[in-house]
Amino acid sequence: MNTLARPLPARAAFNARPVMRWSRDETIARAILLVVMVMLFVFLIAPLLTILAHAVQDREGRFVGLTHFITYFQTPSLLRAAWNSIWVSAAVVMISVPTAFVFAYALTRSRMPMPLKAVFRLIALIPLLAPSLLSAISFVQWFGNQGALKFLLGGVSIYGAPGIIMAEVYNTFPHALMILVTALSLADGRLYEAATALRTRPFRQFMTITLPSCKYGLISAATVVFTYVVSDFGAPKVIGGNFNVLSVDVFKQVVGQHNFSIGAVVGMLLLVPSIISFVIDYVVRRKLKAQLTARSVPYSPKRRKLADPLLMLFCTVVCGLLLATIGMAIYTSLISLWPYDLSLTLKHYHFVLVESDMADAYTNSLIVAIATAVAGSLIVFVGAYLIEKTRNLGLMRKGMHLMAVLSMAVPGLVLGLGYVMFFNHPANPLNFLYQTMAILIISMVVHYYTSSHLTAVTALKQIDNEFEAVSASLKVPFFKTFLRVTVPVCLPAILDIGRYFFVVSMASLSCAIFLYTPETILASVAIMHLDDAGDIGPAAALASLIVVTSTVVCIAYSLLTRVLLSRTQAWRNLSRS
Amino acid sequence: MDMTDTKFIASPVPASAPAALEIVGVRKDFESFSALRDVHLRVNPGEMLCFLGPSGCGKTTLLRIIAGLETQTSGQILQNGKDVSWLPPDRRDYGIVFQSYALFPNLSIAENIGYGLVNSRARRGEIKTRVEELLKLVGLPTSGGKYPSQLSGGQQQRVALARALATRPGLLLLDEPLSALDALERIRLRGEIRRLQKQVGITTIMVTHDQEEALSMADRIVVMNHGVIEQVGTPMEVYEQPATPFVADFVGKVNVLRAVALGNHRFRVGDMELQCDACDGAFEPGEAVNLYLRPEDRAVEHLSHDTANRLQALVTKVEFLGGLCIAEVTADALHGQALGLHFSLNQLHDLDIREGNTIDIALRANRIRAFSARTPKP
Repeated sequence: MNTLARPLPARAAFNARPVMRWSRDETIARAILLVVMVMLFVFLIAPLLTILAHAVQDREGRFVGLTHFITYFQTPSLLRAAWNSIWVSAAVVMISVPTAFVFAYALTRSRMPMPLKAVFRLIALIPLLAPSLLSAISFVQWFGNQGALKFLLGGVSIYGAPGIIMAEVYNTFPHALMILVTALSLADGRLYEAATALRTRPFRQFMTITLPSCKYGLISAATVVFTYVVSDFGAPKVIGGNFNVLSVDVFKQVVGQHNFSIGAVVGMLLLVPSIISFVIDYVVRRKLKAQLTARSVPYSPKRRKLADPLLMLFCTVVCGLLLATIGMAIYTSLISLWPYDLSLTLKHYHFVLVESDMADAYTNSLIVAIATAVAGSLIVFVGAYLIEKTRNLGLMRKGMHLMAVLSMAVPGLVLGLGYVMFFNHPANPLNFLYQTMAILIISMVVHYYTSSHLTAVTALKQIDNEFEAVSASLKVPFFKTFLRVTVPVCLPAILDIGRYFFVVSMASLSCAIFLYTPETILASVAIMHLDDAGDIGPAAALASLIVVTSTVVCIAYSLLTRVLLSRTQAWRNLSRS
Repeated sequence: MDMTDTKFIASPVPASAPAALEIVGVRKDFESFSALRDVHLRVNPGEMLCFLGPSGCGKTTLLRIIAGLETQTSGQILQNGKDVSWLPPDRRDYGIVFQSYALFPNLSIAENIGYGLVNSRARRGEIKTRVEELLKLVGLPTSGGKYPSQLSGGQQQRVALARALATRPGLLLLDEPLSALDALERIRLRGEIRRLQKQVGITTIMVTHDQEEALSMADRIVVMNHGVIEQVGTPMEVYEQPATPFVADFVGKVNVLRAVALGNHRFRVGDMELQCDACDGAFEPGEAVNLYLRPEDRAVEHLSHDTANRLQALVTKVEFLGGLCIAEVTADALHGQALGLHFSLNQLHDLDIREGNTIDIALRANRIRAFSARTPKP
């Protein structure tokens, strides 16, 4: 090949292993990504490691190995809490998941009128707006010592396992429902047509096609519900009575007895079921996604004379129960004193917002929710963008993705505990963050990172992968394309993420319980204190305020985004002329 | 693959002219396989070069390495004599068009085309003029205010082309630009891209797996397989004088006959001796070879006693495809080896070529190519 220029051998040797030079863009991208990663490391990984360190050290910081674990397992009362957590969570799964499945089935596979389906769906999602305490308060009002329906329990006390199970079924219902609706919407109509052509009976079709096709959805829903209940703190605190569970134990050990070592041990134990279900869920979700991409014909349900009315009846009953729960809480906030003085009054709201310092708690919650929404969506979207669209990231990409999805596996209570141990340490240069609003906001962003991250990644995957290559060839810096193209195209997803952050951080309790100070107390924490003090009315009022705020924000948000999107997204709905 | 020098002397421009792009010993190793092994190539200024090959042959990888979107394991890329091997994409000089168009959906057509101009600090008036000029160039003078979703696939691809040309780059890279289009639009745009390329005079590299596209558009074709360049040549050269069995097989249709070399350009197939004027004479007598014959390389008219390679063939099947049909024939003399031959519909009628009939044909001695039947060393 003498017609081709060949490099001089010496030069070739010199160039043996050169490295692709990073452009200024790529350097900037890596620097920003590094900042996000360091943030996740400091605010997620480091606190977890600190808990681990505390679990194997004594008060003076000497290594004691598994001593604390052994102490823990030799203390019957502590061990019982672990067992209680497990069986109660399992019981909630057994009730919540099947109920949600039938509900989801009705929403996706029946011929109920569409507006009715929309209403049912909206009602079913209401529990997401409230702190987990609210349902517990409500069930106390219904079935407690002076409960309106106490007689229904026939002498069984609501305080303890029954109350926790009821409250958590209410709280977890929408979580399970959303997953199952997705799973059931993926049906391939052709399978049913083939089955009908083979004269398969409807029941057999259900058993052989419907159930297997949402197997992964069911597993996923079960693990999500299980993790939620194990790590939830609000409901067992209010309605658990003397019934001990792991999450309340952590709180008691740390706040009540200042026993950080045992607290750390319980925290580690709390992490175990979460990590296990996280792994199961992660594997299962991948399979769910594989199902999604399969080419299939959407299923359109046929009218069924018996099933449709039954499903409608079922949905009506479930929605009635959900409304009765939230309704009781709101009702409690509007009457003088249950059950003695049922006159309607706004005095609890007046007390909460004017007389006491609870107004500050409410304001704090608002500030935290807004700041979390803004900072969270910014950080999450930028982080997701950088790992999705920067070339040759190698290990950086894997590391970032792992941390981003790991946050879901860490219960809020454990994260908060880790923050206490990590940031409260005098030697920590970030010690100044401790006892500030900032640390509350950070904990919210980190705690709710995963699902926002996944939303952002999904949105980013839908846009053309070569935008960055095109802008590089046109010598346009990547951040310009990011602002001019990527952000506008992904705006609906970004707004979704912001709303999600607002709603969840408005209601979140477990994250904040270790981190608040009298100045930075949040509404959800204040509700707990009010309930502790027996001030059910004000507690219900404050909880109702959170629900109302989140509802108003959601409505305002959807109106605002509709206006915003119609202005900026005109290009979406154009057709070829 | 043994590649002799002669196969590369195909460029219309003398090798001493400065190359627009020069690829020197480029390798690309992935974890489990090598996508490119020691690729050498010169691209002449102003030419349209096509990388042609089956999927996985490394053609897209090579294009992305030229663009700086992938990093070569070793080797150099020289653009106009300047070493750009390790420069990031935004420091290289090229425009690129992707199969997916990659138009910014939220920007108007005019904004898309002007996207790179805004950054080069051109004045607003100048940008407007340039955008209008480009819109006219790609035949969409009135579409500047529309959005990409309002245009057809072919129109979107023209916009992508205009956007890539806007900043007057020295090199245009086209990554399967027609693959996402439907058949009619594909053929229309084929001619249009070629016309544009000649009009602008820009050095262009196009990746495609469609041989017809490559044959109709390229000045030169680079046929690739398994990360190696099999042949570089004009479309005519690649088609008529394939350098390797792979090229003969991949570009166009071909019949393969098992044969034994007899020396002096003669080969034995079954009971027949075939004359093969164009073949390499270097085969040892007795060596097993494969003879490659294109379906159209048969003679049916003006046959005489001294016409070489004449045979009586039995028509076993006629596949009707419209104006041009394929007749499958066998001959006892070939020991049953079958040949697919092209005949026009008129020839089918005139020569009464039907299933079961015997026809008198000759295999063109100057068109048969012979390759050793031994598997080439990898």
